[in-house]
Amino acid sequence: MWAILSILVENKPGILFKVTHLFRARDFNIDSISVGVTDNPEYSKMTITTFGDEKQIDQIVKQLDKMIDTVKVERLDEHKTVYRELSIFKIKLSNANDSMEINKLANAYGGKVHDVKKDSIMVELTATPDQIKAFEELAKPFGIIDVARTGVAALQRSGAD
Amino acid sequence: MSNMEKMIGAKALMTAMEKEGVKEVFGLPGGANLPMYDEFARCNIRHILARHEQSAAHMADGFGRVSRKPGVCFATSGPGATNILTGIATAQADSAPMVAVTGQVPVAMIGKDAFQESDIIGMANPVVKYAFQPRTPGEIPEVVKKGFFIAETGRPGPVLIDIPKDVQQNESEMVFPDEFKIKGYHPWADPDIVAVEKAIDMLLHSQKPVILAGGGTIISSAFAELQSIAEALMLPVVTTFKGKGAFPENHPLSLGPIGMHGHAEANKIMSEADCVLAIGTRFSDRSVGTFEEFERNLKIIHMDVDPAEIGKNQTAQLAVVGDVQMNLRIMVKLLLQKAIKKSEETPWIKHVKETRAYWRENLKLHPGEMGAAKILRKLRELLPKESIITTEVGQHQMWASLFYDVIQPGTFFSSTGLGTMGWGFPAAIGAKVAKPDVPVVDIAGDGSFAMTENSLATAVLEDIPVIVFVLNNFTLGMVAQWQRTFYDRRMIGVDQGHCPDYVKLAQSYGAQGIRAQSMDELDKAIRDALSSDVATVIDIPIDPEEDVLPFVAPGTSLKDMILPS
Repeated sequence: MWAILSILVENKPGILFKVTHLFRARDFNIDSISVGVTDNPEYSKMTITTFGDEKQIDQIVKQLDKMIDTVKVERLDEHKTVYRELSIFKIKLSNANDSMEINKLANAYGGKVHDVKKDSIMVELTATPDQIKAFEELAKPFGIIDVARTGVAALQRSGAD
Repeated sequence: MSNMEKMIGAKALMTAMEKEGVKEVFGLPGGANLPMYDEFARCNIRHILARHEQSAAHMADGFGRVSRKPGVCFATSGPGATNILTGIATAQADSAPMVAVTGQVPVAMIGKDAFQESDIIGMANPVVKYAFQPRTPGEIPEVVKKGFFIAETGRPGPVLIDIPKDVQQNESEMVFPDEFKIKGYHPWADPDIVAVEKAIDMLLHSQKPVILAGGGTIISSAFAELQSIAEALMLPVVTTFKGKGAFPENHPLSLGPIGMHGHAEANKIMSEADCVLAIGTRFSDRSVGTFEEFERNLKIIHMDVDPAEIGKNQTAQLAVVGDVQMNLRIMVKLLLQKAIKKSEETPWIKHVKETRAYWRENLKLHPGEMGAAKILRKLRELLPKESIITTEVGQHQMWASLFYDVIQPGTFFSSTGLGTMGWGFPAAIGAKVAKPDVPVVDIAGDGSFAMTENSLATAVLEDIPVIVFVLNNFTLGMVAQWQRTFYDRRMIGVDQGHCPDYVKLAQSYGAQGIRAQSMDELDKAIRDALSSDVATVIDIPIDPEEDVLPFVAPGTSLKDMILPS
């Protein structure tokens, strides 16, 4: 199963290393990771998405919680959470209609088009990982030149506790 | 906040450690920790010189386990720091309180591949409870305060403080705080009365309940509580190897350690039980065999200070998180309040006692005069009950587990988690420093003793008269046993020859060396060692073919143990 973990950590050097080291040492998976400072500069928030069975995810949460540098560790319920990832695709343009087709596709997914060139086009898409995957499948036939993804950022909806 | 004072970082370190009550430091000097060493000339902390940083760490570990206060070791940067890693990892695996202080190259040199630079913070990360690297001298007092607090509270463990040389040398206004905050550290949970009540209920409603006492029982000194619960509820007590001696092993309800080389009676009864009160244990594979088989048909009540242990290796029907002594005290109180005291002998207890008596009588032992059981029972017979035992790792360790009964709880220590050969001797030195008035004996094998024998220099020069009790089969005995059992007797890399001669080796360090080749000689050797004021090595040649049995082969379950034929 897929899980979203939200981890509030002290904003100090070396903590990303410790968190990722924990995942490696205990044989847990990191599917994606994003880190940024919070409104209080003393803390950073990490959002990690991971795969595992119920027992493994329970262990991941407990082991993260045990770390002295983590202030709060939460497993977010994806149905009660706003979670998004930013992705940028560079896609090949081969035929005359490709540019228009890709524009339509990007619009359908709420994406923005950048850097339109003769042979390529870039699409910026902020969506859930599933939506990004779906977009990727549809973009594949055009030829994907490159992709960059940020990992998921997530916040629980108000009143969802 | 207390008074401010201007001083260099190294002096602040020593001052802060004195405030923590540190009286001894085990270590080795080098280029990057010289400013700290210079402060030994001006403070009341005794420096005990080790001959290898790994041994310094094991000494601190032994000191910490016995005194239940962090043992302190010092090492220089680079190889000094990497040498203590094994010692730190050993302490972490066995939840032993320790503060390791390493020198580091100056701040400006970090990351430049400087001479004797190692990224010890990065290397040590997975094997420490926490690591600090103060970048300014003014941080040192608070770092020390936090470091000691983290090392000894909750589930204890090693803390590393890595101090760049310029941070040791530079001056700053120092504030030695009385208070501090660590936001993400919650070493204590509140007592859980509801869960404890449920636990009592589960135990009362089981047909075949048992207590499994782990190392956490010893760390939290819950000996009296454990005994009164076992007696009130008439529960047989098995232990893990790390929990050995949490309960007096001459008690009629004691069955001894379970596990790969557990007591036959303990493994039998554990396999038959339907409910277990597991206290301060992480259900290591060496204790329980295969995880799936162990928890089959077994209701587990899991008490532990570390919430991450709940559900890690075994599924608990009931978790009681918190200091085990605190929660056991509540259990004792509730049992008294409810006037629960079992006196009639249930069929289960009758069966437990018969099983215990049978295996105590009938376990087949080595027939020779110098079989392991006879040797260790002789040692037990002659040692006062408050004596402290450490062990190395291997056959002798498992024989000690099988044949040396711990009578006074909390007097038996071993490297059980990491299984570090060479731990026992330096740890014995640390233990003796912590408790100079009791005999301290390292039960050793020749292979393990060879790994840290140069600690004899420390024992002799620093006047720390411990006893090294070497069961010498001239072999890496446990490896040899596996080669005999699983590799068709192809003996590779296990023959130690008769090299060195441990009697002469001991004498060359100025220690007493005695060879004991018969029971009479052994009797005399132990008495001589106990009355000696220098460290003594007793070299006891034994049969290299003697196996440790019972044996639960890896990947099998406790009920499948191999018994002596």
